[in-house]
Amino acid sequence: MEGVIGLGDTSIAAIGTSESGASKGAQQFLTFMLDEQEYGVDILDVQEIRGKGTVTRIPNVPSDIRGIINLRGIIVPVVDLRVRFGMEAKSAPPKRVSIVVLKVKSGNRERAVGIVVDAVSDVYSVTADNIKDAPEMGDDVDHEFASGLAIVGERLIILLEASKLLSGEATGDLEAR
Amino acid sequence: MALDPRFRALFETFFEEAAEGLTAAEGALLNLSPGSEDSELVNLLFRSIHSIKGGGGTFGFTHLGRLSHVMETLLDQVREGSRHLESHSQDLLLQSVDCLRCILIAHKEAVDVDEERCERLSLEIESILAAGPGAAKEAAPNTEVVESLHSQHGWRIAFQPFPHFMAHGNDPYRLIRLVQELGPTTIVSSFAEAKSFASFEPETCACSWILELRGEASREEVRDIFSWVEGDDCELEIVELADESASKTEAEFEVASEVATHATSQASTSVQMASSSIRVPVDKIDSLVNLVGELVITQSMLARVEQDNVLHQVPELRDGLGELERNTRELQETVMRIRMLPIGTTFARFPRLVHDLGRQLGKHIDLRLSGENTELDKTVLENIGDPLVHIIRNCVDHGIEAPASREAVGKDPMGTIDLRAFHQGGHVVIEVRDDGAGVNREKLLAKAAEKGLVEADAALSDEQVLQILFHPGLSTAEQVSDISGRGVGMDVVKRNIEALGGAIAVASEPGKGTLFRIRLPLTLAIIDGQRVRIGDETYIIPLVNIVESLQAKHHHITCIAGRAEVYRFRGEALQLVRVSEVLSVPRSQKSRDGMVVVVEGDDREVALVVDELLGIQQVVIKSLDTNFERVAGLSGATILGDGTIALILDMNGLIRLANSWRHSRATQSRCRLASQ
Repeated sequence: MEGVIGLGDTSIAAIGTSESGASKGAQQFLTFMLDEQEYGVDILDVQEIRGKGTVTRIPNVPSDIRGIINLRGIIVPVVDLRVRFGMEAKSAPPKRVSIVVLKVKSGNRERAVGIVVDAVSDVYSVTADNIKDAPEMGDDVDHEFASGLAIVGERLIILLEASKLLSGEATGDLEAR
Repeated sequence: MALDPRFRALFETFFEEAAEGLTAAEGALLNLSPGSEDSELVNLLFRSIHSIKGGGGTFGFTHLGRLSHVMETLLDQVREGSRHLESHSQDLLLQSVDCLRCILIAHKEAVDVDEERCERLSLEIESILAAGPGAAKEAAPNTEVVESLHSQHGWRIAFQPFPHFMAHGNDPYRLIRLVQELGPTTIVSSFAEAKSFASFEPETCACSWILELRGEASREEVRDIFSWVEGDDCELEIVELADESASKTEAEFEVASEVATHATSQASTSVQMASSSIRVPVDKIDSLVNLVGELVITQSMLARVEQDNVLHQVPELRDGLGELERNTRELQETVMRIRMLPIGTTFARFPRLVHDLGRQLGKHIDLRLSGENTELDKTVLENIGDPLVHIIRNCVDHGIEAPASREAVGKDPMGTIDLRAFHQGGHVVIEVRDDGAGVNREKLLAKAAEKGLVEADAALSDEQVLQILFHPGLSTAEQVSDISGRGVGMDVVKRNIEALGGAIAVASEPGKGTLFRIRLPLTLAIIDGQRVRIGDETYIIPLVNIVESLQAKHHHITCIAGRAEVYRFRGEALQLVRVSEVLSVPRSQKSRDGMVVVVEGDDREVALVVDELLGIQQVVIKSLDTNFERVAGLSGATILGDGTIALILDMNGLIRLANSWRHSRATQSRCRLASQ
């Protein structure tokens, strides 16, 4: 059986909050590791985290669509952020991977999309003044998906916009490649 | 007209019920043959209109009330036998049913009611009513005798003014006084709803009365008093007040007669709706179907654990699992059946369609329905209506000849269209058969050649010629009519049916008629699938597409021009599609050709090469575009017993994909050659 961690209010505490007692106006972010870098997504966009899931390949789709998973009877596509961000692919991609399932607004309905991550890291509360606009990040990171940078202590976290991960323009862009 | 939001739910129920009532009324009207009224049908008709009138009154839809009232009066006379239903009034009633439907839709969508049309129809019916019971004049004295016998006893008048009663300038007291003038009257008044003094509206009428009139007065005299207000401003029910003990209200009488006729006539039961039901939103059912699907998967997962011998020491657990399996299967079947509806609801609109079209074209057509109780998935049912309309229109317009030309070739001037539905091996088959002229091969070919669809001198088999019917941009009607002949009919029909996972075939014999045969899956949610292994991946091929599976024989594969491969199968050369290449399945080493699956798709047969056949099972189709998008060559995905996902192949898409893939590869290799 695959490990599933629900993200109700109680289980967030189980994952562990570094900054307890969220201050007023603070946003909570779930962070994960990808190629030594920490990325964050708004915790309200996170539906659940699946540890060690198997992904079924779909033929003839853009290479950054890793495949689909079975989320309790619902088919959910999984995006490989490494490919989408143009990072080097792991030499031998593991069969079982950690997946963060996000809720994404697409048009007037909500879809679910999974992202493959190296490891789920932590949950942080970040106040608005600690969130900076994303600077030009060169070619390594497609900053179209980044909504900003969050500074937590010594660390810098790249914040991702969940809605852009499977939005029409992004996938359209991919198909054109 | 804006609806009071508080009554939203009530309105919706009323709209749904009224729509059903109208459909039932329409069916009854069409089944009534002028001159010989089936009392069961007239009763059904009367009841439907009566309840619409009641609802219209309750919600203050005045036009609905007005028209249904005059219809009801006319029907009442027919029901009492004092009038025969002539074909003119039958038509008028049909038009009125349409008008009522329009009014309902107008109210539902809060747009303006076509008042003029409603008024015109009401006046026309009134003029019929005013003209007196025409052909049934001799019968009239007869009923009077009956009435005078009863008039000894008097009348019980339930007088229920609508709230706006007084606002329209009516005075309830004046009417009651007039009744009192006819004879001794006992009056019982009641308040419809008790209101506090603070919210009391002096201008609305919250009272209703029950008047018991004794004496010689006739029903007509009583009715005359209320003639101005009945229907529009009040609900009126006049029941004869016979012996106290034997008194029957109209309603009771209706029930009694219904029971009596019900027992005798079983033929007309199909007109009536099913006895008891609840309305449930479809998404609730869908989530139930989904959950049960999950349960089935969990169950089969447990069954696999059981096989691992671990649990054999615990007999209770093993028995429990066996029980669980039986119950889940049963639960799944039951839940799937919830989505199934009889096709009769879809068929119900065709008698009207054929009736109207036939009249318009001056053709006499008898539409015969059978198999209305055949059940189909709701989604399939909703999507099959329009294609059927197209086909039936075509039959009426192109198929059935004009009466004169039918007689000239010695046929019954009355044309026949048979619409049948039945089960056949896990499928539902719908057949539309007409006894018209059949497809004119020469005319069709000439037309197709003219449009450049075929070569003028091409030698085509009959089957190929008939396939032209489904070609986009073809119409054989010599004159383009507004009924059919825009040339966008049959190809759309074919596409829609294929989108439902079905197939359409046509057969025709000149002079004898044409047969359209539609084959549909019972449900869209579950298909029988053949699991196949390709590389390390599992795919599902829908069993409907499979013609035959066989061991691949190397000497049957021929390579044409180094690119396309064909497979010799029963003397025919089929295009060979290596699924692993088309779907770019990663493979560790080039394995030997395993199995060839001959499938039907995109109007032809092709041979698919797969590595291994695994097993046949029912699979629940999960759509990919719920969270993702459609993928070429795939019709969806399913979840296997062990929780893993298998992709379901879409044959038409796969073959198209194979062709474009081969084409691009051919171009690539040409490019490579050019660059060398």
